[in-house]
Amino acid sequence: MFGTLSYNKQKTIIIVSFLLIPLVLLVTFTYYPAIKLIYYSFTDWDGYSPEKPWVGLANYREVFSNPDIFKVFTHNFAYFVMGLVQNIVAIYFAVVLNSKLRGRNGFRIMLFLPYIMNGVAVAFMFGYVFDTTNGSLNLFLNNIGLSSLAQTSWLGTEGLVNYSLASTGFWRFMGYNMVIYIASLQAIPRDIYEAAKIDGAGSFQTLWRVTLPNMKAVIQLNLFLTVTGALEVFDLPFVLTKGGPAGASQTYVQRVVDTAFAFNNYGLASAMSIILLFFVVIVLLVQQLVLSRGGDK
Amino acid sequence: MTHTKFRFVDFIKYFSLLIGVFVVLFPPYVVVVNAFKSTDEFNSSSSMALPKSFLNFDNFVAVFQRGGLLSGFGNVLVIIIITLTLNILFGTMVAYVLGRFSFKMKPVVFGAYLVATIIPSITTQVATFGIIKNMGLYNTLGAPIVLYIGADVIQIILYLQFIRNIPVDLDESAMVEGASLFKIYRSIIFPLLTPATATLVILKTISIYNDMYIPYLYMPKQSLGVVTTVLMRFQGVNSGEWNLICAAILLILLPTVVLYFFLQRYIFEGVTSGAVK
Repeated sequence: MFGTLSYNKQKTIIIVSFLLIPLVLLVTFTYYPAIKLIYYSFTDWDGYSPEKPWVGLANYREVFSNPDIFKVFTHNFAYFVMGLVQNIVAIYFAVVLNSKLRGRNGFRIMLFLPYIMNGVAVAFMFGYVFDTTNGSLNLFLNNIGLSSLAQTSWLGTEGLVNYSLASTGFWRFMGYNMVIYIASLQAIPRDIYEAAKIDGAGSFQTLWRVTLPNMKAVIQLNLFLTVTGALEVFDLPFVLTKGGPAGASQTYVQRVVDTAFAFNNYGLASAMSIILLFFVVIVLLVQQLVLSRGGDK
Repeated sequence: MTHTKFRFVDFIKYFSLLIGVFVVLFPPYVVVVNAFKSTDEFNSSSSMALPKSFLNFDNFVAVFQRGGLLSGFGNVLVIIIITLTLNILFGTMVAYVLGRFSFKMKPVVFGAYLVATIIPSITTQVATFGIIKNMGLYNTLGAPIVLYIGADVIQIILYLQFIRNIPVDLDESAMVEGASLFKIYRSIIFPLLTPATATLVILKTISIYNDMYIPYLYMPKQSLGVVTTVLMRFQGVNSGEWNLICAAILLILLPTVVLYFFLQRYIFEGVTSGAVK
C-alpha cells in the first residue's frame, strides 16, 4: 500500500494529490476568469449570445475617449482621501493604545468592533443616521448647537455624498488598521526606545525618528490597501444610494457591474476591468519602487 | 512642570479615545433604541430617545414572520459549514506540501497564490459568472461554496508559520516508526495546526456571514437568501418603516457581535498574523 512505497515516491504522490484540487480551484476561479476577461475585452460580447465578435481595441478606445467613464474616478477620490485620514487616525490610536493606559484592552475592543459588523447592516444603519429629516446625525448636530448644519442632506447632495459614504467606510475599517498598527508597534524591540531615551530624545522625536520608521513596511502595506480599496469601492454606494443622486456616487466598479449586467455590454465592462487591474498593478509597482528606494527591508 | 504636562497628555489621550468610542457606538445605539419602538412611538419620539420599554419584541417577531430571516440564517449556516470544512482541508494540505517538502515548482505555486491576491476578484466576476453558469451552479448553494473554498494566501501564510514551529524531529521519529507521509499529515501536522484553524474558522465565518456580493450575484432566488440579501430585500419592501428595519439590522448584527466579545483575542491574533508578517 501507500505506506510501503519509498518516501521519495510518497513525496511525489503527496505533492501532486494535495495540490491538485486547490490549484484547480485557484486556476478556475482566479486565473481562468482573468484570462477570459482579457479575451472578452477585445470583443463586443453581450453576455449571452454564442458569437463574440472581435472588435480589437475599440473597447479600450471607448473607455479612454469617453470622459464620462473616467469622471467616475473622481467619486472614488473621496474614498482615497478618507482612507488617508483613516490611516493617520489609526496610527494615532495605535500609538496611544500601545502606551501605558488604563482600560487599554477595553478601548481596543470597542474601536475594533465595527470591523466585524455586517456591511449591509452597517450601510442601512448609516442610511438611517444620515437621513435628512429623521436622521440622528442631524438631530445630534442640532442638539450640540450646530443647527446650521442640521438640515444637511448627507446622501442627497452631490459634492457631499461620496464623503458621507466614505466616512462609513472609515467608521468600519479604522479599527482594523489600528489593530494591525498595534501589532507592528509591538514588534519594535524595546531596547531601541531605551537607547533613544538615553540619547535624550523627547517623546515627539521618538515617535518621528524611531516609531514611524520602524512601522514603515506596515504603513506602506496599508497605504497600498487604501489606494486599491479606494479604486475598488462597490458595496457601500451600491447598497445605500444605488449610485444616486443622479449618478453622483457611482463608483468605477459599480459602473463596470452596471455595464456588464444591466446594459449587457460585457466587452466594454471587461476592458474597464482590465484597466482597473492595470491601475492596481501600477500602484503596487510604484510602491515597490518607493520602498526599495527607501532602502530598508 | 513636567508633572502637569504629563497629565495634560493623558487628558488628550483619554479624551480622544472617548470620542472614538462615542463615534463607534453612536450608530448602533440609534439602531438599538429604535428597534424596540412601535410604529406610533417611532413616529412621535425623537430618533435618539430611549424606547418606552426594552421588552417590546413585536418588531423582531414581525421581521421573522415577514422577512425570511430564518431561512437566511439557515442558508448561510450551511454555506459556512461546508465551505469551512473543505477550506481547512485544502488550506492545511497546501501548507503541508509547501512547508515540509522542497520541489521545483514550489516558488511557482506560492507565487500563484500571491499574485492572485492583487487581482481584484470583483472585476473578474464578469467572467466568473459564465463559469458558474456553465457548471450549473447558478442559483444553488454550490455557487458561493465553490467560490469560497479555495485557500487564500493569508491562510497559507498563517498555516506556514505554525508548521515552521512544529519540530521536524516529530516527522522524522514518525518516519522511523514507519509512518507514511500521509499519516504524518493526518496525525501530526493537522492536529497541531488546530490553534491556527480555530482562528481561521472565526475570521472566515465572519467574512462569509458578512459577504453581500457573491450571494447577491449568484443566488437571486428568493428561497436561497442569506442574511445580507434577506436584509436587502426586506429594506426594499419596508423602506419607510425604520423601526422594523432597525430590528432586522440588530438581529443580523447580534451573532457576530456576541461572537466577537467572546473571541476577540483570537480575532485580533488572526487579523494581525495574517497581515503583519
